[in-house]
Amino acid sequence: MIRARGVEKRYGDKRVLRGIAFDVPRDGFLVVTGPNGSGKTTLLRLCVGLAVPTAGALEVTVPRGRIGFLGHEPLVYRELTAVENLDLYGRLYRVAERRERLGMLLERFGLWDARHERAGSYSRGMLQRLALCRVLLHSPELLILDEPYSGLDDEGTELLDRELEERREAAAFVVATHEPARIERLASARLALA
Amino acid sequence: MTYLADVGALARKDLLLELRARDTLPAMLLFVLSTLVVFHFVLPGDSSELAATGLLWVAILFTALLGLTRAFAAEREQGVIDGLVLAPSDRSAIWLGKALSILVFLGLAELVALPAFALFYGAVDAWLIAGVALANLGIAAVGTLLAAMATASRARELLLPLLFLPLAIPIVVGGVGASVTADPGRYIGFLGLYDALFAIICWASFEYVVTE
Amino acid sequence: MLRNSRLPALAALAFVLTTAAIALVFFYAPLDEDGLNQKIFYFHVAIALTAYACFGWGGWKALRVLWKRDENADLESYVAIHQGVIFGALALVTGSIWARYRWGHWWEWNEDQLVLFLVLFLFYSAYFMLRFSVPPGPRRANLSAVYALFGVALVPVSILAIRLSERFIHPVAFDRGGPNMAGSQFLAFCVSWAAMLALAATLYRVELTGKQIDIRLRELREALR
Repeated sequence: MIRARGVEKRYGDKRVLRGIAFDVPRDGFLVVTGPNGSGKTTLLRLCVGLAVPTAGALEVTVPRGRIGFLGHEPLVYRELTAVENLDLYGRLYRVAERRERLGMLLERFGLWDARHERAGSYSRGMLQRLALCRVLLHSPELLILDEPYSGLDDEGTELLDRELEERREAAAFVVATHEPARIERLASARLALA
Repeated sequence: MTYLADVGALARKDLLLELRARDTLPAMLLFVLSTLVVFHFVLPGDSSELAATGLLWVAILFTALLGLTRAFAAEREQGVIDGLVLAPSDRSAIWLGKALSILVFLGLAELVALPAFALFYGAVDAWLIAGVALANLGIAAVGTLLAAMATASRARELLLPLLFLPLAIPIVVGGVGASVTADPGRYIGFLGLYDALFAIICWASFEYVVTE
Repeated sequence: MLRNSRLPALAALAFVLTTAAIALVFFYAPLDEDGLNQKIFYFHVAIALTAYACFGWGGWKALRVLWKRDENADLESYVAIHQGVIFGALALVTGSIWARYRWGHWWEWNEDQLVLFLVLFLFYSAYFMLRFSVPPGPRRANLSAVYALFGVALVPVSILAIRLSERFIHPVAFDRGGPNMAGSQFLAFCVSWAAMLALAATLYRVELTGKQIDIRLRELREALR
């Protein structure tokens, strides 16, 4: 699904990534680790298409609409409610039975009661859960998650653990994290950035 | 026609955002009224009605700039533009949806400005209104794309007027010509030409403005 | 690319042509009713046309940035537009001098060409503001290219707009001055134009090479780190 060979990314004079190569097959689970500033976020942005490599080849065979991306920002509008946000994304991603699906996800992530409140009033943990709902809304084949556990409380963490386990076989994953121990058992490959 | 559905969803989203935040439209209304009042103190006593009409177009242009500066504010502040760009929908739908919402804001501002102008300075005829309507299309089309460009830069609000004003000169010429000359049809035609040409260019090139 | 043998040849050509142009304009072409002022007009028009050529070249390279994803094209487009702005500024200056001696004041809104250049000068100056406020990379290349293409579209539209605007700005009939050319004058003009084009091409190459060396140097420095 993803094939990287000699990928390099430079911002101006600064070289953030160098000589990156890996493969992510259909049922792969790639865990990307590294200290702050090592380029994890940049690599994930390259995979999802928000940036292009300055050298090397990065091939992603999954169409845009089948990829789910979780970045540092939850990518939701603060002035809209959870339902409105997910409804918008549901339309853009052509999700079938949109209303039912977003309701189901909100419930699964414990946001059902707060679904008609503005996202701006959510706590950090709730925003992260809402972002996860957004990511999973269209049942993507390829999930690219940048530090998915950040901001989650114990309950949220458990919910995410469960989701990842359930979907392990159904999709390919690229996950960047500070705590690889948590998802070690799911990993099929590891990439450590310097 | 999922393209139009996407455009509709995006435009609706923008209007909903403004309804909740209520910051851009009131500012535009107040700004255009204030500008019209300032003009009274700027025009010498023996100025023609034509001079005032010309200034109306200045007011419209700068009110539009005010609105355009805020056009991608939500997307920029919260990084949501990435979310929209990653969606499978055509990127130009983002442009069209946003431009439509800007068109609505501009129209609403003019709904206040034109009667105020008629009250303060002089008659507003059908040709003027036609000119305003067509000019709105051009301003919304070009302005939205340039607003997206300015969003990507460090200079943001400072950059947008610089990018926009040279491109707005033909719009102003068309609009003023339609308002003051004896031959308004020619200028309306010119505005139509500008709108068509630049709408196509914007539609085709927006993809490149929001991606690498 | 760095050992460009064309550059000295090009510079020599520019020098020869410019000298020839000056000689022809000042000593060969006959005076007409404008007198000495008309001499400037030769250069003014040549410079103006050269500026258009630079913007056009910049637009072509911009198209290549978007269409073929050609990375070098971004730098080439930028340098071309930079030259265009320089020649455009020169066109404004020479045009202003010409206007001063023909009409009596330093600016003349009646001169469509001058007004057009003013608009283009503003537009392409904004291009630089855009470029300097976006960090270098594919994003900046894309934005610059799109804006450069807007510039290409703006030229005919502005010409039309300026003509249309004169109907309500100066309803008085005006003189569309400018020389009609006899054979010898035409020769002087053509040589002037060739000279300006050669000069622009030389400066373009010089700046482009300089910037490419800059980039190479930085890449090397980074690689050695």
